Amino acid sequence: MSAAVAVEAKNVSKIFGTAGAEVRALDNVSVTIRQNEFFTLLGPSGCGKTTLLRLIAGFEMPSEGSILLEGDEVAHLPPYKRHVNTVFQSYALFPHMTVAQNIAFGLEMLGKPKAEVQQTVAAMLKLVRMEELKDRRTSQISGGQQQRVALARALAPRPKVLLLDEPLSALDLKLRKEMQIELKRMQMETGITFIFVTHDQEEALTMSDRIAVMSKGKILQIGSPTEIYEHPTVRFVADFIGETNFIEAEVTQRIGGDGQIKLPSGVTISHPVAENVGVGAVVTLAIRPERIDLVRPGAEAHLNGKISNVVYFGTDTTFHVEIDGANKHVTARVQNRRGHQEVLKAGDAVGLRVAPDAMQILKD
Amino acid sequence: MAEVAQGNNLGTNPGTNLGTNQGGSVAVRKKWGRGFDIKKQSGFTTIAMICFVMLYAPILTLVVYSFNAGTSVAIWAGFSWRWYESAWANQQVYDASIRSLTIATFAAVVSTIVATMAALATTRTKPFPGLTFIYAFINQPLMVPEIVTGIALLIFFAAIKVATGYTGLGYLLIAHTAFCIPFAYLPIRARLENMDLSLERAAADLYATPFKTFRYVTLPLLWPGVLAGGMLAFVISLDDVVITELVKSGGQDTLPTYMLGQLRRIVTPEMNAISSVFLAISIVMVTIFFLLNRKKT
Repeated sequence: MSAAVAVEAKNVSKIFGTAGAEVRALDNVSVTIRQNEFFTLLGPSGCGKTTLLRLIAGFEMPSEGSILLEGDEVAHLPPYKRHVNTVFQSYALFPHMTVAQNIAFGLEMLGKPKAEVQQTVAAMLKLVRMEELKDRRTSQISGGQQQRVALARALAPRPKVLLLDEPLSALDLKLRKEMQIELKRMQMETGITFIFVTHDQEEALTMSDRIAVMSKGKILQIGSPTEIYEHPTVRFVADFIGETNFIEAEVTQRIGGDGQIKLPSGVTISHPVAENVGVGAVVTLAIRPERIDLVRPGAEAHLNGKISNVVYFGTDTTFHVEIDGANKHVTARVQNRRGHQEVLKAGDAVGLRVAPDAMQILKD
Repeated sequence: MAEVAQGNNLGTNPGTNLGTNQGGSVAVRKKWGRGFDIKKQSGFTTIAMICFVMLYAPILTLVVYSFNAGTSVAIWAGFSWRWYESAWANQQVYDASIRSLTIATFAAVVSTIVATMAALATTRTKPFPGLTFIYAFINQPLMVPEIVTGIALLIFFAAIKVATGYTGLGYLLIAHTAFCIPFAYLPIRARLENMDLSLERAAADLYATPFKTFRYVTLPLLWPGVLAGGMLAFVISLDDVVITELVKSGGQDTLPTYMLGQLRRIVTPEMNAISSVFLAISIVMVTIFFLLNRKKT
């Protein structure tokens, strides 16, 4: 992957409303998005992800900070002077134009010669597989097709960055899955940097090269899907993406960068801890349900407990376990590759074993 | 009624009543449950018919008697086109019609342009202090009694006439344009408000300058609203009596003021004939307005 920078936001804040009733939609956000990257802004509604996208597009001006597009400051340029295009959540196709006219719009506004416009439009129609519907009105095509046209229209002027504002949210599940794959294909084929906004963690995990998880106007963590999923650094990230168990444990000793951490069962494990975590501090461990193995209670178990509920999902089975020594539920998910889980039932005593690298200490 | 009947039932046959009672409540829900339906109320049809008769019977009579062969507007003497022919040949009617159309066209065009700009300024800018005030200000002619506006214009223009000596059609043109603005403004504003803002944003995103966005996206989508506004302004101007009567100088009768003047003398079916044509024009205009407005955004 090229290390060249496509978009850089530096200490960007955006405050809406007037004095007294201010809303800080973005709070001192800094992020660097590389060229050719499929970058996703992930977070619940109101976290500021769409605001950041709109700042990059130019529909809003930042209250503080700067936005660089390939190194040039663009924070105060209007949208039509930024070589960035947007796929809108509502698609925003021009209803008085045909599919082909919609796709040609950006090129025409840029004053490209007619032949070039026609050629590009044809190429875009092919890319999104809409050649046969090029003369249709946008009201005469389906939601999925409108989505493709919106994509083609935004890609046609070959922007430096393509911004996608929850473009798949209006589609049904099957179409959404198809479009996820399509989007990834188009990103690879065109080599354009994609910045994708979504609240759907699965969408983020399947398509992105890197993900920025946002909450309350701040970026909490940036990383590859694996990093975000396997090594969340804060509780919000661990909780927002996938299912997670949170276990409080005490640091009993420090040896260099490692801490001895005492689990509720009394078992002590060794795990790297941050420098500011002293002896006696209580840390939160995040453990994914699928990284927990059910074992016999006793020596090899990290935690002991009693099964309170068994839920069979076909491909796997989820066990809810009441942990001894902590008033807490832990969820363990076991793949049904063998048949032996059937033996375990609610009320059975069970031991939980966690792979050492599956325990993640959270910052807060 | 149904519930009472079932109440009786309850005493005599409690065993089967549970079932029928449930059936009864479904029937009740069918009558009242989906909200109050005025069409189902007794007397609705009668009242509606009376209203329509009140509205249209006089107009129908007017149109029928425009074809009267006699000179009375109340005694039928056979069918004839004579009053249409006489109206057509009447130079005063011709002059007044041309004047009316001139004024209405001018007022419609100018007020629509002004109204479009006003609508853009009140919907496509960041809300600014005094926006509500400006909104009320634009619509002032709708609130202020026409006679008040008429008298105010009469006095104001009289002062100008004394000062400049100008007595042309300009006063009527200005007055009509002014009171037509809110009528043109309302449909245009309504259409702008219904328009998806992200369309203009998308145009800006696709390198269209604000002018090009207006030219290629906003205006084409706004066009039915603009036409509707212009049409409405045209009809309103064509129709005006009060302000015109007060503002016009000698020999500047429009068709409505000419007709009003004639009514003070002898009433012949010629008035009916002129009114009928006038009515036909208005109906055509209003129909076009309606069709344009119905077109989806």
